[in-house]
Amino acid sequence: MIGADAIIRCLEEEGVTTVFGYPGVAICPFYNSILDSDIRTILIRTEQNAAHAASGMARITGRPGVCAVTSGPGATNVITGIATAFADSIPLVVITGQVNSELLGSDVFQEADITGAVESFVKYSYLVKDVNDIPRVFKEAFYIANTGRKGPVLIDVPIDIQNAAIRNFKYPEEVKLRTYKPTVKGNMVQIKKVVKELEKARKPILCVGGGVLLSEAKEELRQFSEAHQIPVVSTMMGIGAMPTRHPLYFGMVGNNGKAYANRAMNESDLLIMVGARVADRAVSQPDLITRGKVLVHIDVDPAEIGKNAGPTIPLVGDAKAIFQDFLKEEFEADYSEWVESLGEYRAAMEKKRNPDPAYVDPAVFITRLSEKMQDNGVYVADVGQNQIWSCAYHVVKDGQFFTSGGMGTMGYSIPAAMGVKVAAPDRQVIAVCGDGSFQMSMMELATLKQHDIPVKIIVLKNNYLGMVRQYQHFTYKDNYSVVDLSGSPDLEKLSAAYDIPFLRLYNMEKAEETIDAFLENDESMILECIIDPMDLV
Amino acid sequence: MKKRIYSVLVENRSGALVKVAGLFSRRCFNIDSLAVGETDDPDVSCMTIVSSGDERTIEQIEKQLNKKLDVIKVKTFSERQCITRELMLVKVKYNKNNRRDIIELCEIMKADIVDMSKHFMMIQICDTPDKLQLLLKMLQGISIVEVARTGALALSKCTENDD
Repeated sequence: MIGADAIIRCLEEEGVTTVFGYPGVAICPFYNSILDSDIRTILIRTEQNAAHAASGMARITGRPGVCAVTSGPGATNVITGIATAFADSIPLVVITGQVNSELLGSDVFQEADITGAVESFVKYSYLVKDVNDIPRVFKEAFYIANTGRKGPVLIDVPIDIQNAAIRNFKYPEEVKLRTYKPTVKGNMVQIKKVVKELEKARKPILCVGGGVLLSEAKEELRQFSEAHQIPVVSTMMGIGAMPTRHPLYFGMVGNNGKAYANRAMNESDLLIMVGARVADRAVSQPDLITRGKVLVHIDVDPAEIGKNAGPTIPLVGDAKAIFQDFLKEEFEADYSEWVESLGEYRAAMEKKRNPDPAYVDPAVFITRLSEKMQDNGVYVADVGQNQIWSCAYHVVKDGQFFTSGGMGTMGYSIPAAMGVKVAAPDRQVIAVCGDGSFQMSMMELATLKQHDIPVKIIVLKNNYLGMVRQYQHFTYKDNYSVVDLSGSPDLEKLSAAYDIPFLRLYNMEKAEETIDAFLENDESMILECIIDPMDLV
Repeated sequence: MKKRIYSVLVENRSGALVKVAGLFSRRCFNIDSLAVGETDDPDVSCMTIVSSGDERTIEQIEKQLNKKLDVIKVKTFSERQCITRELMLVKVKYNKNNRRDIIELCEIMKADIVDMSKHFMMIQICDTPDKLQLLLKMLQGISIVEVARTGALALSKCTENDD
């Protein structure tokens, strides 16, 4: 048995079913050994998307997604994908090949100091220098990636280590890390304090972030919210924690969120943030939001608490465990008046749009699309205007909504949707992007085709980098600079080139039947929607 | 701005120093000085970092250090809660007119002259960072050729609660 075989054994021990990646000489021993395994390999068309696909897989399965790329440019290309996962706390195990360990540091062909380069974007990284360390390193990597505040872990394996003989492979039963003991259970004293505040409060609100989804606390959140009739708003990463049309859910907060959601947060007298970072896009003025109210901040990462806003009650722990503890507490409170007024805000403050009937209205289109989607369908939004419209108008029923919230990485949706579909072939998976973000990962159409991964793709086409154009519209008084997307390919021809069925929608007239045709079967399809180039989110 | 001393026990493995130092630069935390050395356990290094910042920054530094997986333990204290020492070597150029003054200054400051040639001498001092600063100030009238400092080391004061 050689190091590469050992790596595959480790992946099998961890229950890994799929590896996304791109081979090169330095990772060839690994890709040779994987032929003897049942693990599925998917050849992605550029390494960044290997990490995005692994991210999609991780988000749907709750297990670390795995990708494997070669040294040098393979490794540096994957960095954006790693940083994207890091910003959203998505667990990944990224394996990179490396040059011969004796040549490390001598700038030989395709050598890159990848552990050094990704240091600020990984939860942890390893450079394996002894083949006998492989079982321990992989055991630790999977554990670190998927516990505490989740995140990517990179393992750099020089080619000679992959080829070295390993004596008696034994996968460790447990990890021994003296420096890493994440807190799961919340402190009971703090939990009681929160309950006391809930008893006193008249206008409490739960603001939930991606942490609630990552700890798989959706069910507990819903129970807790319903049991005491506590209204809920979410950050972008928290979309889907509550069904969009749940009577106690009041939308996404933030500068791109719903006005009534922000108002609800501002007017609350008890704000309970759960698994949210209180970052600039969700809370633009953290000092203001804490004024005149009690702020409870619940997070598994103690460093997030107090980083951007000083909480009255800090509570470190896993959202699921904490909600379970909350559910055991009994208290009397009546917030019905508050919930009622939030309902009035929602009715009165919904944004009025004035769409040009000559084009597809993304707002109505996205709502109709999501209404027609299967209840447990997965919607992956890209980055740009499409993302903001998706956040505002997509209706989550019993499915999921994924997007690159923290890093805002364009091109995320197609590879991430691919990862979701590979892990959950029975679910309907739709990637929604703009014509800019589509072109950032359109090479993956070949991957979908080659590996028979039926992902539905919607391209909202406006011939502009819409989000930037909109910014230039407001900030530079329509002085557009480098946002015109002329020269884009004819998507009908492109789809034909990839042998993927194609539909185009020019306006809302035929929206219903086009959406029906688009969702009819479970095959890859591209639907291009022509939208108003001057539309604003 | 408050001064804060962090005594950080880290795994003694390659890359640990870069990870900790990188954390400071990435998050725009100041490093006034940094000293690293092995402890009595060869698997553990102790880094002494002197930093400064407002209340929130000081708290964030500690939390972010604790997040690093190579960090075993972070102890932090103000200058008053610990004993600090720093070592400095100063090479000066002397002549027959100021030689006596230098020797006298070294006596007052409890510094030693550890090396000498016809025109140069090397002064060694081990004291608190403030004292080192004072010696440098006093030597300003003489031509200083080179200065090397270790950065402060610090341990919390001895109490009966020490385990």
